[in-house]
Parts: sequence; structure tokens; C-alpha cells
Amino acid sequence: MLSRILIANRGEIALRIIRACHELGIEAVAVYSQADKDAPYLQFADEAICIGPPDCAESYLNIPRIISAAEVADVEAIHPGYGFLAENSHFAEVCRDCGIGFIGPSVEAMALLGDKVAARKLAEKVSVPVVPGSDGAIEDESEALKLANKMGYPVIIKAAAGGGGRGMRVVHNDISFRSAFSSARAEADAAFGNSSVYLEKFIVEPRHVEVQVMADNEGNALHFYERDCSIQRRHQKMIEESPCSAIDKHAREELCESALRIIKEAKYSNAATVEFLVDKDKNYYFIEANARIQVEHPVTEMVTGHDLIKWQLKIAGGETIDISQRSIKLTGAAIECRINAEDPQKSFAPCPGTITRYIPPGGPGVRVDTHVCQGWTVSPNYDSMIAKLIVHQQTRAEAITTMRRALREFIIEPIKTTIPACLEILSHNLFVKNKVDTGFVERNL
Amino acid sequence: MADKDADLKRIKRLIKIMEENGLVEVEIQHGDDKIALKRAQPQMVVGHPFAGIAAPGQESAGVASAPKGDDASARTDQAASAGADEDLAEIKSPIVGTLYATPSPDSENYVEVGLRVEPQTVVCIIEAMKVMNEIKAEISGTIREILVSNGQAVEYGQVLFRVKAD
Repeated sequence: MLSRILIANRGEIALRIIRACHELGIEAVAVYSQADKDAPYLQFADEAICIGPPDCAESYLNIPRIISAAEVADVEAIHPGYGFLAENSHFAEVCRDCGIGFIGPSVEAMALLGDKVAARKLAEKVSVPVVPGSDGAIEDESEALKLANKMGYPVIIKAAAGGGGRGMRVVHNDISFRSAFSSARAEADAAFGNSSVYLEKFIVEPRHVEVQVMADNEGNALHFYERDCSIQRRHQKMIEESPCSAIDKHAREELCESALRIIKEAKYSNAATVEFLVDKDKNYYFIEANARIQVEHPVTEMVTGHDLIKWQLKIAGGETIDISQRSIKLTGAAIECRINAEDPQKSFAPCPGTITRYIPPGGPGVRVDTHVCQGWTVSPNYDSMIAKLIVHQQTRAEAITTMRRALREFIIEPIKTTIPACLEILSHNLFVKNKVDTGFVERNL
Repeated sequence: MADKDADLKRIKRLIKIMEENGLVEVEIQHGDDKIALKRAQPQMVVGHPFAGIAAPGQESAGVASAPKGDDASARTDQAASAGADEDLAEIKSPIVGTLYATPSPDSENYVEVGLRVEPQTVVCIIEAMKVMNEIKAEISGTIREILVSNGQAVEYGQVLFRVKAD
């Protein structure tokens, strides 16, 4: 077991890690930027070191400062949390070179899964379905047309050098393919100076379903079932739940087994999440793997009764997985709402400011993960998430009822938050009936 | 009297703006008119153990492991003799690391109380990731207080020295 670690992060995840450390008897050293100097959770750390000014580049993203802090604080390992340096293989490498443990995968496993193309190839190697597509750029229009027919419509033509939703064309049939292909190339050329395009099957109304996995350093791996994260806005998750009630037991098993095959093939260790798209015909496709602990990990903790951060710490300390897959059971249903300091009325624009009145909800089945308190000033320097509200009940319907109650009890004033938007979603007919997909928020809110 | 009412209104409005936006200090100047307002920081639960700024006459907390260097005796008794003087400029640590007060184990200290410094004067070394960084005074003046000791771990923004600027 590790005895002393440094947490290279801030906010609610820093507090989360401090809590797990203390329950395991591990000393936790926190770092903070000057913007976070009054953060209440710092007092719970065994030591707190100021590493820079508010700007992320000079503090939470600053590798030399973090390593320096780890050295002066004489820690054995660093937990990177999520975001910031959590999936930065260069940081993991620097830790290794400096003789500091990294609570996460090896440099190689992280780099492999972080490369979307390589990860995709790895998935194919272990017979996990991936989103069908062309193998790289496709120049010839008739080749493209053949491939489109092979994959089946609808297909999406994407700019290879693209982004921001530009240079994309969804095509539903042969008739519109020709003009779509040439206009996509023209748009790509105009926008990115590169007319290269590739083809992918367009997954209609997909659900985003991800599997939580944990592996040790001896090649043992476990899954902790799945989470449904289809409630997203502009690719940012808003609400997550477990289990995914749109898939049956058989599909669940397949998804989880696929995730484990990928993790084992990548020789991965520690926590990861393997993401899939599930279409309306219940076909699933691997899209990517995240080599870190995720924001929504509490959802899995509630339905399985396992503490994922403790698992991370134990594995980093050299422990091997000593429980069977069979012993991990799904109990009840859990839902998480991310509460952000954003104004839903103004396209979710961030709302920094001081919280003068903060009263979190409570009662049976309610968990609040936050670093925030009354008097806390939400800084514009960091992301706008201020709290995670998680509920757990025996059924999804009861979890929804509890979540609505908890959202109504949650008082955060005077800044604007996404609480009203979450309430709206939780009250929406389609959400209650669980007839949602990744386009739900943008269509209905 | 009317002027005073208008002033009071303006001040009240400023205070409201400060509160709403979490501002601590505001200074506004219009020609010869000047308003300066300073709020107390919002009350938090008991402060964290390792404040970056040490009060004068108090040994700097920094990272509270025992000093690793040869010279274990703090030189902060010199700080104790200086009173709290708000006119003193502060030299703060720009990085996280271990502070060394001498160029080498056998040398004299870089600075002593009363020493005159120029902007380019090296006041100490802070070692970070095996690199010895020379920390410059960046100010002209006289060292009045030394708040750190040889081998002490220091954090970003920690006050190392107080200087009576020229």
C-alpha cells in the first residue's frame, strides 16, 4: 500500500481522492493555484503546496512545478485525477523518469489508447466492432460509393483534417452521394486547406454507453458494468446513469466482455472507461477508451458498492485484484447530474461569481460530491462544474423521483446553475421512458 | 450635503458590485476624485495549514518538513526583531522547490539583513527537479527580513525576504 501521494488536481476530484487516501491510511498532499488558496478541502489534505498563479498553464498543467512539489513533499506517487494531466503520456513519462509513481496506466498503454486510430485497430484485432469506415482518406468517388453501399446507408463523409462539425455530410442514398462527396471535399479544402475526406457509417440516434474497467499490474482485469451517458450537450455529458436500461443482459455481457478484451490487449493497468455507441437496433461500436478515472465514476460506485478511487490507489501500490468478476453485482439504479455554474438561458454560458447561499440536498439515496461551500467564489479559470449530485434507489423510476426532489432542494445562489435544466430533463417524458439518444438535449431543451 | 448623498449612493453601488462579483479591492480615480474600497475576504472554514505568506516575526510555514539542509538553525530570529512594516517590498518564490541560502555548503549566505541589493543580485537558490535556479532580487533596496532558512522547502508565492525599497 502506498503511504504518501500527491494529488495533481483540484476541486471535487481532489477532495474525492483525499477521502479515499485517508480511509486507506495514505497521506495526501494537495497542490493548489493562488485562485484556490481558500479552498476548504485543502485543510483536509495532510499538506498543501501552492504551485502557481491561477492560470492553468502555470499551475495545474505545469509539469515542472507539480514534479517539484512532489519532490519537496517526498511522495511516492501522483494521482492525476481527471482532465489536466491525467491523459498526458509525457507527464506519466516524466513521473517515471523522476522515480515517482503514476496512479494510472503505463506510459505505453496510455499512449496506445490515446491514439484513436491505434485504439480502433486494437479493438478490431480482438474482434470488437468499431464504427465501420474507410481505412484512412478516400480519394476516388466511385470507391467511396462502393464502400458506402458495403457499409449501408446512412453514411457520413468527414474531412480528414477537419473539426468543429465542418466538412461533414450525412448521405442517405446513392442519388445524393456524388454531389455530397464533391461538396464535402470542396468545403474541406476551403476550411482546412486539405480536401482529404474519409467515410464512416453514420450511427442514427446513438446511445453513448461506456464500461468501467479496472486492471492490475499482473494482467487481471474486472469490469464494473456500464453507464449510459446519452444526455449530452455539445459532447459534454450532463446526466449519467447506471445501468443502461436500454440494453438487455446479453448485450450487457457482450459490451463488458469487449471492454475487457481491449484493456487486456493493451496491457493496461488501473482504471479506464471503454466507450461505445449503441444504435437503435442494439448494434454496438467501440469509439474510444479513456485512460483515467472519469467524472461520472460515482454512478458506478453506487450501483456496485465498490470504491473505484480506492481500487486505483491499491493497484498503484502493487496490489492485485483479489475478487472475482462474479462477486460484482449491479444493485438498483443510480443517476448523476452534473451541476455547472452555467446559465441555461444564455446557451449555457459560464457564470463565475461568489456563492452566497449554498444548501446541498440530503436524505436517503443522495450523494453530493463537491468542493464548493457557502462563500466559495467560482473562478473563471477552471471548468464550470461545481458539484455532482448522485442518487441511488432500487429502481430507475424511484431514482428519478429522488433526483427531482434533490434538485429542488439544492440551493445555490445567486449564480446561475444547470439545476433547472437538469430538472427539465428529469421531468421530460422521453427521459422517463428512457427513449433518449445523444441528440436528445439539443433537440428538446 | 447633496454631494455627500451622491457619494454615499455611489459607494453603496460599488460595494454591491464588489460583492456580486467577488471583488476584494477596487480603486477608481476621476481626475482629482478617488475612491478606494477594500473588503474583508469571505469567511471560510479555518484556514489551511500552509499559508503562502508568513506574518512578520513568525517562522515561515512553507512545507512543514524539517529543513533538509546543513544549516538547521533558522535565521528568522532576525525577522522577529523587525516589526510589521507595511512599506516593505516582498521577494516571493517564483517556483516550488528547496531553498538554499548559500552558493555552496561552505560559502557565506547570499544575503544578510542590512545588505543592499540591486535587481540582479542573487538572493538565494531554489532547487527544482535537480536544477539550481538563481533567484534575483528584482528590486533595489536593503534586506530587512529573512523569512526562510537553508534547506527549507518553499512553495510558489511564498515570501522569502522583505526589502526596504529605495
